[in-house]
Amino acid sequence: MPAPGAPRTFDVAVIGGGMIGPAVSLGLLERGLRVCILDEGDDVLRVARGNFGLIWFQGKGFGMPRYVEWTRRSAMLYADFAAELKDSTGVDIGHARPGGLELLLGEDELAHRQHYLGQIYQQGGGANYEVEFIDRKQVADMLPNVTLGEDVIGASYSPLDGHVNPLFLLRAMHTRFQQAGGTYLPHHRVSGVRKDGDAYTLDTEGGSVSAPKVVIAAGHGLKTLGPPLGLDIPIRPQRGHIMVTERAQPMLPMPISAFRQTVEGSIMLGVSAEEAGYDDTIDTATLHTIAARAKRTMPQLGNLNIVRTWAALRVLTPDKCPVYAESDSHPGIFGIASHSGVTLAAANAKVTAGWIAGDPPPPEFEAFTVERFHDAPA
Amino acid sequence: MMHRRNTAGERVTINIDGKNVEAVVGESVAAAVLAAGAGATRTTPVSGAPRAPYCMMGVCFECLMDIDGIPNRQACMVSVTPGMKIKRQAGARTVGGAS
Ligand SMILES: Cc1cc2nc3c(=O)[nH]c(=O)nc-3n(C[C@H](O)[C@H](O)[C@H](O)COP(=O)(O)OP(=O)(O)OC[C@H]3O[C@@H](n4cnc5c(N)ncnc54)[C@H](O)[C@@H]3O)c2cc1C
Ligand code: FES
Repeated sequence: MPAPGAPRTFDVAVIGGGMIGPAVSLGLLERGLRVCILDEGDDVLRVARGNFGLIWFQGKGFGMPRYVEWTRRSAMLYADFAAELKDSTGVDIGHARPGGLELLLGEDELAHRQHYLGQIYQQGGGANYEVEFIDRKQVADMLPNVTLGEDVIGASYSPLDGHVNPLFLLRAMHTRFQQAGGTYLPHHRVSGVRKDGDAYTLDTEGGSVSAPKVVIAAGHGLKTLGPPLGLDIPIRPQRGHIMVTERAQPMLPMPISAFRQTVEGSIMLGVSAEEAGYDDTIDTATLHTIAARAKRTMPQLGNLNIVRTWAALRVLTPDKCPVYAESDSHPGIFGIASHSGVTLAAANAKVTAGWIAGDPPPPEFEAFTVERFHDAPA
Repeated sequence: MMHRRNTAGERVTINIDGKNVEAVVGESVAAAVLAAGAGATRTTPVSGAPRAPYCMMGVCFECLMDIDGIPNRQACMVSVTPGMKIKRQAGARTVGGAS
C-alpha cells in the first residue's frame, strides 16, 4: 500500500491524450507495461479534435527521406491497426486506403508539384516512390461523379493515401486504452517533472505521479515542458481552417488532399495555413479562399451548404518533419512532436512504443533528432 | 393528422410530391405539409430513418425538404408561395451538376 499522498507509480507516464500519446500508450500496454496518460481538461488546444483525418503519404518528407519511409510504414500498418481497434472496441474508425489525389490547377501548379515531388524522389524516395502524375482524362475516369473545373490539368496520385474519421480514431484509442488496463487521468495538467531517485515525479493539478519513463506527447505543451528536461524542440503553431458541407450522396471515391467525403456523406474542405500564433479563431477571408478554390476545382461543390467550420493549430517543427528523441540530460524522458499525428498513429502504436519500452530505435529515428535544429550547418 | 387552428386567410396552391394542395398565405412549408397529412417528410442520410418537422423554429433540421428544386431546405423556415414545388427527400441530397 503506498503511503497516503504518495505519488501513484507506473512504468511509463505519458503526458498528453491527443493523437500521439494514446497511440504510443496502446503499444506500451501490449508489451505488458503499466501506463498512465496525463491529460488536460476539455477547453484546451488539442489538435486531435480539429484535424482533417487524412492518412497522407504523397509529398511528405521533403528534405528528409527517413520521413518518407516512416510515413510509408504507418500507411502500411494502418489496416491492421484499424481492424484491431474495431475488434476490441466496436468502434469503426472508417479507415480506407483508396489512394489519393492532389488536383493541380494550371501549368504553374503542375510544374511546382513536379519539381517538389521530383526532389523527394531524388532524395531517396527511390525507384519505388509510390507517387505518379496523371492527366485530366485519367482524373476524370477516377472521379466519375465529379465535373472537373476547367483549370484542372491533372493530379499527383498515390495508392498509399487514405483517410479515417479522426474523432472515432481518438475515441477508439481511448476506449481501447482503458479496456486494456491503462489509467487515464484527465484534469492532470503537468506543471513540472522532477528527478526523484530512479524515477521521475510529475506534478499536476490533480496530484503527483511517478514513473521511471516519461513520454512527452503534449502537442503544443511540449514547447514549455521540454526545455527544462533537455528537449528544446522549436515547435510553433500554424493555423488551419476546415469547412464541412451538408451530407450528400457519394461523390468523391477517394480523398483529394484538401477535399474528402466522409462515409456519412459530408464533404470536408480544407486546409489553409496561417501564422497566427496561438489564435485559433476563424478568419472569414480564409474561409472565402478555401470555398473559392473548392468551386474552381469542382464547381458542383458550390451547390452545397456549409454547416460547420473551425480552425485548429498544427504543431510544426521548422522543417515540418517529426522529432522522436530521448533526452541526453534526463535519460528515460522522451519527446515526440509531429504534424500528421493521425497518419503516424499506426506506426506510433506498433513501432514507437517498442522504442520507449527499450527496443533499439527503428532506423527512421536517426533523422528525427532535436540536434538538427541546434547544430550550426556544416 | 394535424389541423389548422385558424383557417382564415388567402389560399395558394402548392404541389407536394406531384399532388396539388391548398395552403394558407403566410404559413411555412412545414406547416402546410403537416396540414396536408404528408407524414414523414424525409429519410436520414445514414440510417434511412423517417423524419418529419419537429421544432418548427429552425433549430433541429429535421424538416429538410426539396423546395423548388433545391434540396436540404428547412421547410419550417420557408413560407409558401403560389405554385411552389415541394418534394420529400430520400437519404442524402445529390450534389447536382455544375453550379
Ligand atoms: C487543420 C489541421 C488539419 C490536420 N490534418 C491532419 C491530417 O489530415 N492528417 C494527419 O495525419 N494530421 C493532421 N493534422 C495534424 C494532427 O492533428 C496532429 O499532428 C496531431 O493531433 C498531434 O498530436 P499530439 O498528440 O502531438 O497533439 P494533440 O492532439 O494536440 O494532443 C496533445 C495533448 O496533450 C495535452 N497536454 C498539453 N500540455 C499538457 C500538460 N502540460 N499536461 C498534460 N497534458 C497536456 C493536451 O491537452 C492534448 O490532449 C492536422 C492538424 C491541423 C491543425
Ligand atoms: S422543424 Fe426544426 S428546423 Fe425545421
